[in-house]
Amino acid sequence: MYDFAYHRPKSVADAIGLLKSKPEARAMSGGMTLIPTLKQRLARPSDVVDLGGVKELAGIKVEGNNVVVGGMTRHADVASSAEVKAAIPALAYLAGHIGDPQVRNRGTIGGSVANNDPAADYPGAVLALNATVSTNTRKIAADDFFKGLFETALGEGELITGISFPKAEKAAYVKFPNPASRYAMVGVFVAKTASGVRVAVTGAGATVFRVKAMEEALAKNFSSAAIKDIKIPADGLNSDIHGSAEYRAHLVGVMARRAVDAANK
Amino acid sequence: MTAATGIGARVLRTEDKRFLTGTGRYVDDLPLARATYAYFLRSPHAHAKIKSIDISAAAKMPGVVNIFTGKDLVDAKVGGLICGWTVKDKHGQPHKAPAHPVMAVDTVRYVGDTVAMIVANSHDEAKDAAEAIKVDYDVKPATIDLAKAFDKGSAEVHPEAPGNLVYDWEIGVKADVDAAFAKAAHVTKLDLINNRLIPNAMEPRAAAAEYDKGTGHYTLWSTSQNPHVLRLILSAFVLGIPEHKLRVIAPDVGGGFGSKIFCYADETMVCWAASRVGRPIKWTAERSESFQTDCHGRDHVTHAELALDKDGKFLALKVETIANMGAYLSTFSTAVPTYLYATLLAGQYTTPLIYANVKAALTHTAPVDAYRGAGRPEATFVIESIVSKAAAEMKIDAAELRRKNFIPSTAFPYQTPVALQYDSGNYPPIIDEAMKIADYKGFEARRAEAKSRGKLRGIGFSSYIEACGLAPSQVVGSLGAGVGQWESAQIKFNPTGNVQVMTGAHSHGQGHETTFAQLIHDKLGVPMDQIEIVHGDTATTPFGMGTYGSRSLAVGGSAIVKATEKIIAKGKKVAAHLMEASVADVEFENGTFKVAGTDKSVPLAQVVFAAYVPHNYPHADTEPGMDENAFYDPANFVYPAGTQICELEIDPETGTTEIVAFTAIDDFGNIINPMIVEGQVHGGIVQGVGQALFEAAVYDKDTGQLISGSFMDYTMPRADNFPSFKLGYKTTPCPHNPLGVKGCGEAGAIASPAAVMNAVHNALAPIGVKHVEMPATSLNVWQSIQGAQRQAAE
Ligand SMILES: Cc1cc2nc3c(=O)[nH]c(=O)nc-3n(C[C@H](O)[C@H](O)[C@H](O)COP(=O)(O)OP(=O)(O)OC[C@H]3O[C@@H](n4cnc5c(N)ncnc54)[C@H](O)[C@@H]3O)c2cc1C
Repeated sequence: MYDFAYHRPKSVADAIGLLKSKPEARAMSGGMTLIPTLKQRLARPSDVVDLGGVKELAGIKVEGNNVVVGGMTRHADVASSAEVKAAIPALAYLAGHIGDPQVRNRGTIGGSVANNDPAADYPGAVLALNATVSTNTRKIAADDFFKGLFETALGEGELITGISFPKAEKAAYVKFPNPASRYAMVGVFVAKTASGVRVAVTGAGATVFRVKAMEEALAKNFSSAAIKDIKIPADGLNSDIHGSAEYRAHLVGVMARRAVDAANK
Repeated sequence: MTAATGIGARVLRTEDKRFLTGTGRYVDDLPLARATYAYFLRSPHAHAKIKSIDISAAAKMPGVVNIFTGKDLVDAKVGGLICGWTVKDKHGQPHKAPAHPVMAVDTVRYVGDTVAMIVANSHDEAKDAAEAIKVDYDVKPATIDLAKAFDKGSAEVHPEAPGNLVYDWEIGVKADVDAAFAKAAHVTKLDLINNRLIPNAMEPRAAAAEYDKGTGHYTLWSTSQNPHVLRLILSAFVLGIPEHKLRVIAPDVGGGFGSKIFCYADETMVCWAASRVGRPIKWTAERSESFQTDCHGRDHVTHAELALDKDGKFLALKVETIANMGAYLSTFSTAVPTYLYATLLAGQYTTPLIYANVKAALTHTAPVDAYRGAGRPEATFVIESIVSKAAAEMKIDAAELRRKNFIPSTAFPYQTPVALQYDSGNYPPIIDEAMKIADYKGFEARRAEAKSRGKLRGIGFSSYIEACGLAPSQVVGSLGAGVGQWESAQIKFNPTGNVQVMTGAHSHGQGHETTFAQLIHDKLGVPMDQIEIVHGDTATTPFGMGTYGSRSLAVGGSAIVKATEKIIAKGKKVAAHLMEASVADVEFENGTFKVAGTDKSVPLAQVVFAAYVPHNYPHADTEPGMDENAFYDPANFVYPAGTQICELEIDPETGTTEIVAFTAIDDFGNIINPMIVEGQVHGGIVQGVGQALFEAAVYDKDTGQLISGSFMDYTMPRADNFPSFKLGYKTTPCPHNPLGVKGCGEAGAIASPAAVMNAVHNALAPIGVKHVEMPATSLNVWQSIQGAQRQAAE
């Protein structure tokens, strides 16, 4: 790891101040991605701004029809939250299946969504539930947030403060883990909310994406039979030693059907 | 003897207290005053000429103490690393032995080859400096794919080995085997790949060294499985430091699985540089370095054929194997696919004729050497795969075909056609017990039930034999080994009656501190808490060969028993004197010397005290002290055997395999600590299943970059991949060692790949899948199913 200065501000305003004043500064939430990157010398920030001391960023609230999860909320807290389990059990399930206990006790939703790893689980929930990402300056709709491989709509020095998930009538997440890393090789989040049916796929492509054909079929008939003949093209999907693009395309169908069945249970 | 702690007792491991409370002492924990830290610059290319290395900028970096390159070693006349086993090819010629410079001089030959050593005041400073070293590489085409290693156009790894051939070796008479094949009613043919593995010990390799200018003494701490052998190699072949001036200490070591047997560049450099730097040097591999530079395991391409008569009796076996050696010949590499592989091809069967041809290849990949089981898993995989395939082809039950061909219990000692003579065994009761525990009879009902849930259920056998307890020195010597393979023990009583037992074996997970103490307790009656097992330090233990090849108990334990016999013999003389009896009348039992037929007795502790305070002592014929040494050279290998049955379910939609039941019945000879044995079997099975379902070292076939270079891509087996194992024993004691013990360290890993893959094939056969290579990952199985469906459609 290269040397850097370490800061632990107490407020979002102070954190933003630090990030703006040091052009080579990086925010750190759980550090589960950032620290390995530093250790491998793949990043060389001048300053690390640890958000762990910013109390206002952590926590879960129910606001009307939405569950609002603060950016610094750890995966373990989402997984065990009574509010989340009551409103969107699929979200609690997803959080409870990220990595291992150590990772879940450190990693945060803000860090995960900001990082937008193509194999991360949370982006599936954010997109399928049509969530809204709040930052220190604005609100961003899920459809506008995920831009590409490790790329989001966030600007320089912009922090995710929270994510607002609409309650779902039905929802489920089914993940086919990468055998080695246990990140999502293919993860499908299916949700039926006030705004309709959405099917979001993570792990399979450069970034999370929706399967419109499935959404349309499920809007008419929310059953796995309704999507059984829908084939996902392999073009452009990820391919590596654990899964070819064809295999991933196939798994999207299998995981989607299983997710619909789980949502109907 | 109190059953609670003697032979056969489930004694909790003494060493676990320090391991579980964080007080174990590993190489990296060493507090060395004024230490410097080493970092090795590794080759980013699989094959390149080094045009120049410019260290000038790096040398000026903060904290840098010294930088060494291969040229410095040439100038200092340092020897190369050695391969310690000479294999003679089929024409009687010794194998090609290309030079193995400690650090690359003008050519790098795999990604991870060592290019420079940077010594600095801190690890980070050393690493900063490494980034400032400018190496001008002329990148050359590389030979990565084993199957193409001998092809005309393939890049040559070493000029000393034309066509990348290290040796073309054979065992058996091909003409006889061919004649038997000509008469066969059925021939089963099989092509398979034994996938390359990365050992991944929990503790990465590490080394630290200190040089004492005053005495000229070097001390090297190393994560070694065999510190005496490491010292011997460094002294006699590489660094020329006289043995008495080099002390090698292998303190607590967190797993080896073979990968820590060998002498690597890293500890060699750390030791050599310690005197040049004038301060202690510490080095610990980063995990990525472990992936790239620990010796890998397995990596065979094999074609096998089995000839059977119409009733399923095996007539002959023919095996052709290409074995990958990697870019350099590591310490034991040449012996693994020959003497530890082809000599095992009889398995548990009476196959009268066997021919094997093994060609060892060089490639631009990390060196390949012994890894848990070393050769024997590869042999078992060939035999047990082809036997199950033959059973399926001939429509004979897989267990039945095995039973038909088992060596009968009356035939021991049994001379196989491939050099080994099995000392003991009784195979039919083992498979019977395994089938009973696995409820083999109920399998078809379970298969049908699984089918109703959309799952493909399969069952697979693996009846293995292994030769371990390495090894009779004369035998291995005649086969080209550079060392003997006896073991040593010293039992040193202290005047107050407690005892230190020095062993040449080394524990890095095996629990010797407990098992060996149980032996001492059993033989001498000393309470467990009065016994200390000392290992891993050339200065305090007698020369010994270390731990690998399931040898520690069979060979090292036997040496301990021999030493206890000497203690008892001497103790009898002292006791006879103390009790004023004749030596012939003195008996020893439960830690007490007694005069037969009387109530006279004297405890061992009192005899020990008398030996150190010999005021009343048989001085005329007995030396003072109670300190005995023994060396034990085994008469033969030991031959553990067993049957494993794996039952699994495959989800045909995703290709994912779940192991639902796993049974292992073993003959390990007598058992000292069943709990430790179970631990060894569990770990072994898991490693073997890792090979069968998950693990693969994958290099990019063109660039030679290691794609599976981290735990993000190299799939380790994990606890949630397994059901509880069902274990059992059917024991035939080893007839030629004093404890009647065989070995249990490798068995699990030797047998399980075939058990799993036979179950995979059994599950997939109904849907037309013919062959799946290891690892049977979800992707691999799914693709195999797709292939079968495509074929069926055509
Ligand atoms: C062994 C292991 C296994 C894992 N398995 C999984 C898995 O199965 N599924 C999965 O989804 N994930 C997995 N992860 C990732 C993990 O769950 C975290 O979600 C991820 O590391 C990012 O969260 P973090 O809080 O640790 O972010 P950090 O590492 O602190 O930060 C990551 C990046 O986001 C930026 N950042 C952090 N917080 C914010 C913010 N509030 N606003 C804007 N930018 C921010 C940082 O500057 C940095 O660039 C795994 C990680 C490990 C180490």
